[in-house]
Amino acid sequence: MSEILLQIDGREVRAKAGMTVLEAAQRAGIAIPTLCHHEKLEPYGGCRLCTVEAEVRGWTKLVAACCYPVESDLVVRTRSEKVDRIRRMILELLMAHAPDAFALQDLAKEYGADRDRFEKEASFCIHCGLCVRYCAEVKKANAVGFIDRGTRREICFVPEIAAKECWQCKECFPLCPTEALQAAYVLTEALNLKNRPLSSK
Amino acid sequence: MPRINSPEDLEKVRQEILAARDPGRPCISICAGTGCLASGAGEVIAAFKAEIEKQDLQAEVNTRETGCPGFCERGPVVVIYPEEICYLQVRPEDVPEIVSAVKEKKVVERLVYVDPATGEKAILEADIPFYKHQVRNLIGSNIRIDPKRIEDYLAIGGYSALARVLFRMSAGEVLSEVKKSNLRGRGGGGFPTGRKWEESRNAPDPIKYVIVNADEGDPGAFMDRALLEGNPHSTLEGLTIGAYAVGAREGYIYVRQEYPLAVENVIIAIKQAEERGLLGKDILGSGFDFTVKVHKGAGAFVCGESSALMTALEGRAGEPRPKYIHTAVKGVWDHPSVLNNVETWANVPLIINKGAGWFMQFGTERSKGTKIFSLVGKITNTGLVEVPMGIALRDVIYKIGGGIPGGKRFKAVQTGGPSGGCIPESLLDLEVGFDELSRAGSMMGSGGMIVMDEDTCMVDVARYFLNFLTDESCGKCVPCREGIRQMLKLLDNIVKGKGKEGDIELLEALSETAIDASLCALGKTAPNPFLSTLKYFREEYEAHIRQKRCPALSCKELIAYHIEPEKCRACMICAKQCPVNAIAGGKNLIHVIDQEKCTKCGTCFEVCPARFGAVRKLSGEPVPAPIPEDARAVSRKGKET
Amino acid sequence: MDIGKIDKIIDRHGGGSDSLIQVLLEIQSENHWLPGEALGRVGERLRVPLTRIRHIATFYKAFSLVPKGRHEIHVCMGTACHVRGAQRVLDTVQDLTGIRPGETGLDLKYSLETVNCVGCCALGPVLEIDGKTHGKMGPAKAAAVLKNME
Repeated sequence: MSEILLQIDGREVRAKAGMTVLEAAQRAGIAIPTLCHHEKLEPYGGCRLCTVEAEVRGWTKLVAACCYPVESDLVVRTRSEKVDRIRRMILELLMAHAPDAFALQDLAKEYGADRDRFEKEASFCIHCGLCVRYCAEVKKANAVGFIDRGTRREICFVPEIAAKECWQCKECFPLCPTEALQAAYVLTEALNLKNRPLSSK
Repeated sequence: MPRINSPEDLEKVRQEILAARDPGRPCISICAGTGCLASGAGEVIAAFKAEIEKQDLQAEVNTRETGCPGFCERGPVVVIYPEEICYLQVRPEDVPEIVSAVKEKKVVERLVYVDPATGEKAILEADIPFYKHQVRNLIGSNIRIDPKRIEDYLAIGGYSALARVLFRMSAGEVLSEVKKSNLRGRGGGGFPTGRKWEESRNAPDPIKYVIVNADEGDPGAFMDRALLEGNPHSTLEGLTIGAYAVGAREGYIYVRQEYPLAVENVIIAIKQAEERGLLGKDILGSGFDFTVKVHKGAGAFVCGESSALMTALEGRAGEPRPKYIHTAVKGVWDHPSVLNNVETWANVPLIINKGAGWFMQFGTERSKGTKIFSLVGKITNTGLVEVPMGIALRDVIYKIGGGIPGGKRFKAVQTGGPSGGCIPESLLDLEVGFDELSRAGSMMGSGGMIVMDEDTCMVDVARYFLNFLTDESCGKCVPCREGIRQMLKLLDNIVKGKGKEGDIELLEALSETAIDASLCALGKTAPNPFLSTLKYFREEYEAHIRQKRCPALSCKELIAYHIEPEKCRACMICAKQCPVNAIAGGKNLIHVIDQEKCTKCGTCFEVCPARFGAVRKLSGEPVPAPIPEDARAVSRKGKET
Repeated sequence: MDIGKIDKIIDRHGGGSDSLIQVLLEIQSENHWLPGEALGRVGERLRVPLTRIRHIATFYKAFSLVPKGRHEIHVCMGTACHVRGAQRVLDTVQDLTGIRPGETGLDLKYSLETVNCVGCCALGPVLEIDGKTHGKMGPAKAAAVLKNME
């Protein structure tokens, strides 16, 4: 695999072809905030928190670092006024759903996000997709998935599969940044009368 | 039907078809596109068939059910060949007279086009001003062919471009010609087609795909429907030529399921082309194999986006993917995939047959060729218009479109669908082209042109599009799913009179995030309708927020209907038609609307006789108190009671 | 819906996982909705997880996981129809049927959906009932059309 030289925040970084900007940055010890990224999972590009400025051949564009492939002579800026504005807005939009989420508190402070900028929303799922993707890609159980689209999108357990798989597994629980997952699971179990085994667990 | 096994064979078959047709024999062509069918063309077609049988003319007169010629406002459309006499708004009752006129070589004067301004009649299709100012390279063929009969397409020269490509041009030469023509994608992106093909061709992967994007999700746009319904072979031929140039062996046609007739006709076309050896294995005996599958959409606007469409082709929910690596290199199943719009593909056979030079004589420096637009909304001549790029917007709207009906004033024309913006009157001399429209804050998009008049509220237009996009967003990324939803909330409040200072600034901040950080073009372009209406109609936003007033008198929560006592003649028409019985009044008693009961449906406003014009719409001002009951007697001049 | 019919539809489309949406479209078209057993069978035969099928069945507007009414009403809310007053037509239909877009009446008489452009923009506002297109609609005309429905 060929080596690629790029610049991140003024530092020269060595990367291999096929890597993403996020991977290259992490290897070089440069921090870029993420929410929906997980090293065991395929890059998702959903939260957009990892948005960075990428300049190539004189053109600057904004890209998601977790998905953008490294290129020779790429100049990356992980912080700028624009990048910070975008990250702050993303955090504020997410805090309308989960203002107390642990994962968001430090970031909110760093970027000056106002947790009350937007009216509170009913659901505290922030759609990072970690639970769905982990269950599909790592456990291959497909016990939880997305349903619907847009603002009506939700995570939803498949009751029959959840009854068989989830209690013994629960590996996705620590991944959830807001505990919306645990809430969805508990609700599924509660309603899962016809699939519950007769003996106690 | 026998297979055609060589270009020579093709020409032979073509000559045979033409020889069997007498050009002098009358042919009654009736548009059987979805629009005319909805206007009753089905009954008209049946009436023609019955009448011809009744008058025993089967041996002398043909009928042909054709594709959409675009003059949808005046459908059902009928054209009589060989003279090309055009009859409009034909009803079954008119049919016997038309058939007799055809027999006697006469014209039914009352059914031809009459210019509403000059009163001049236009008997021939080509003389009708709507058609005359167009350059109908693509859509002009529709009225001449029955899309369900491949012979009709062969009769007008179809598949000769494919024959030339397969036997007399190398893939590289085809690519060169398309690049030279400067054909840019007609689906909205305007990306140079030749460059896209080249990128796929150069990708090292041996498996490649070519795809027709017939999702046409922009509301108000139906050009692709007309092309695919009316002349499916032109798209098929273009697609096959593209496959040859790129090195693909399989193709897909992604058609929205809301177009059942287009789906039906393209499936028939594929079957007939395969039977004749013009598609499938060993096309025309050239050794080139290419098969096409039809894939129906299932009701998602986002699937018009190229990466979402490809995800849908893979049998998944249509969520877009990052396109940092072009889909031309990594597309369906990660193979190089060339996705182009229906109209883009349909241009290809013309470019091959007539040459890139011919194509480039139309259009501007950077926008070559013609473009089909769907001219709809507050416009006299609603329909599909094909014009050379570079034509002034003003000419499209007034010369071809016939201007605004009802004596109303033009306000704006929206282009580019939910990703586009509004062009106000001050910019009507704009030349229509990709870059010109982008510079004005809009975009070409797929070709929808929605005309709006003085009664259209521009703030509501922005709200409408954001409502649409909120519903259609896939929901994967935060800037779109959350950002656009917040924009919609703000606009919903503004049109209801609940806007506050600071709303515009917040909308602008949300716009920036969506434009810069969204995953796909749906999110990135979602703020455009808001930003362009804000740019050109800021005073409307400020009126809604600061004065709780809708200048266009359109937003329900901000208007009130009021019957002016001096003008009311107590005719009872509005009182009887009010669906909620909100109008008090009697035979000689001035009518008064109960504002508590009124649902603002506007019926009273519409039905009050023009000579009285007593109903007024108010906004941003208090409704005058109803005059006391004992003062409501109508004073009738000249009739003292 | 019987398994045999579902199997036939699956076979007609080749049985590959990429035919999932096409198979579901055909089941929806024949049955007017997608019952749970159908989804299960499709998942078995096409070897795709139920989560993917459920996502697709809810992501795309063409599918319904509940039975639809005898009469399917579609009100076009495309831009051209909107500009010509489609909202008022929708309001009237909602008032007369008692249901909102996406809903089916408890008596299973009507199902109401909004559609984003059927391509008949010259005839806007457009109402489609049981596949038949009614053009140039307004509140009064829409009421008249519904009055005649059984």
